Amino acid sequence: MTQPHIPHPDLPPPANAVGAIGWLRRHLFSSPANIALTALALYLLYALLPPVLNWAFFDATWRGDSREACSGQGGACWIFIRTHFAQFMYGFYPEAQRWRVDMLVLLLIFGVAPLFIRTVPAKLKRRLGLGLLIAFPIFAFVLMRGGILGLAAVETSSWGGLLLTLVIAGVGMTGALPLGVLLALGRRSTMPTIQALCVTFIELWRGVPLITVLFMSSVMLPLFLPAGLNFDKLLRALIGVTLFQAAYMAEVVRGGLQAIPKGQLEAAAALGLGYWKSMGLIVLPQALKLVIPGIVNTFIALFKDTSLVLIIGLFDLMNIVHNATTNPAWLGFSTEGYVFAAAVYWLFCFGMSRYSRNLEKRLHTGHQR
Amino acid sequence: MPESQSPAISTPVSDQIMIDIQSLHKWYGAFHVLKDINLTVHKGERIVICGPSGSGKSTTIRCINRLEEYQRGRIVVDGEELSNDVQRIEHIRREVGMVFQHFNLFPHLTVLENCTLAPIWVRKLPRQEAEEIAMRYLTRVKIPEQASKYPGQLSGGQQQRVAIARSLCMNPKIMLFDEPTSALDPEMIKEVLDTMVALAEDGMTMLCVTHEMGFAKTVAHRVIFMDGGEIIEQNRPHEFFTHPQSERTKLFLSQILHH
Repeated sequence: MTQPHIPHPDLPPPANAVGAIGWLRRHLFSSPANIALTALALYLLYALLPPVLNWAFFDATWRGDSREACSGQGGACWIFIRTHFAQFMYGFYPEAQRWRVDMLVLLLIFGVAPLFIRTVPAKLKRRLGLGLLIAFPIFAFVLMRGGILGLAAVETSSWGGLLLTLVIAGVGMTGALPLGVLLALGRRSTMPTIQALCVTFIELWRGVPLITVLFMSSVMLPLFLPAGLNFDKLLRALIGVTLFQAAYMAEVVRGGLQAIPKGQLEAAAALGLGYWKSMGLIVLPQALKLVIPGIVNTFIALFKDTSLVLIIGLFDLMNIVHNATTNPAWLGFSTEGYVFAAAVYWLFCFGMSRYSRNLEKRLHTGHQR
Repeated sequence: MPESQSPAISTPVSDQIMIDIQSLHKWYGAFHVLKDINLTVHKGERIVICGPSGSGKSTTIRCINRLEEYQRGRIVVDGEELSNDVQRIEHIRREVGMVFQHFNLFPHLTVLENCTLAPIWVRKLPRQEAEEIAMRYLTRVKIPEQASKYPGQLSGGQQQRVAIARSLCMNPKIMLFDEPTSALDPEMIKEVLDTMVALAEDGMTMLCVTHEMGFAKTVAHRVIFMDGGEIIEQNRPHEFFTHPQSERTKLFLSQILHH
């Protein structure tokens, strides 16, 4: 006689394996070494956190308009930041003209925000994206530079602060990614001429420090150009940064391209898709998704590398903060200045990092074989 | 009229030549992988190619849609000769569907998007029409309910059926199958073979590289045995299995039929 099989009922897991207790046991107290590390971490927090908090918040001076208000407190003097804040944001951009920058920032925020909202139709997003990529930079340059339509001219040499940092980083990122993709495709091309050109470009730019590139662009380049022909210094820096980062981006993207199985290209080819359609619809969407961490890594490095433009005399956020700390009226507050600059850089970089994690999660399409 | 007799499934074979391969040679470096392959396939004909691994059977059918280059010989597909001209190659590929051993679905697209991609971008169909066609073929391979899933969420058998539907959406004149069941778990082989048998019943011109001898007996007009880059023997399935001519064929059949 065969008896019908009755499956065992599901039992709940043991109480100490789930919930908060389970988590603590697994992650903080799973072994003697782990317990020791937990204790060490707690001690470090106890030793370091209170002094930092005291300096930055509890003993800090927030109110007042002059450096005298800060004397004798022992904590940070945030008045220094507050009085210089506008300068840190706009550099030497004339105060009366700063509304132009504010307007562009607002426009940018309202233009970019819909791209991040999932319910906005894809068609609208595409148009908006194209507008931001092509129309916005031209409009922004004309508005910020002025000199026509009755707008007072503002030389690019007086752009500065966070504004300049964002201009360089923004142009660098939007230029370096597509250029890097093209270089990566070129490097994997079967056409020897294109391949050789791309390899040469990548290896040349990657082999030179950015600081050299910037220095060359501002000091050497004018020597080779005919007298009287003078490129804008900022423009030269932008081109230098973009090409430099494109070389790095190309290698990041190439890593992604190599990870795509040959079968994907064969399937695309078998369906009659040509090279550009195969790349654009099949290979690149997968490859770029794989290398999101690498791309964002390059973006973050680029964002921070913008501070190197100080060697060609441009005042980005870092340089303008440094400049303010040497102001005779405000000597002695360099710590506050650099902490503030670091906090701003960190905020942007951390934002990029979080967004990339979010993007990776959203683009994940189930387990692959 | 070609000599082939009707197999278990009998659909008409016309006089029209769909694929004509003439003295095809191919080398990988110094390695001579295809040696003087001659093969004529008529419209509506179904051919199964078998042989030990490395015998050149996959390479042969991959030459037909130019996934592999070849150095000598000529291939004419539906009246158009393959050349180095990219336009012509792409044109021929549109008419030749292919199903791969490892499915090669696009993992970043849903099942429906996998099926509509080529009709939209290559055939320039409007999206709505492409989706209607895709749903029709997904229904034919019996997985319309999976249309909005991603390939990674499907079983191997389901993925291979999607791959077949994806090819059919281009309305090809010829279907090439490159070991379509070799990467599948045993219980999924049948669902894929059933789909292929249904396709055979519609009179599709098919070239299948496979070791599924039951399938060969049911649908093939001709079975071709390849070894060492050459066609050793070809015959109607019944004769091929009961009276193999060459020693190589006998050995091969004894190895795959009695293990």
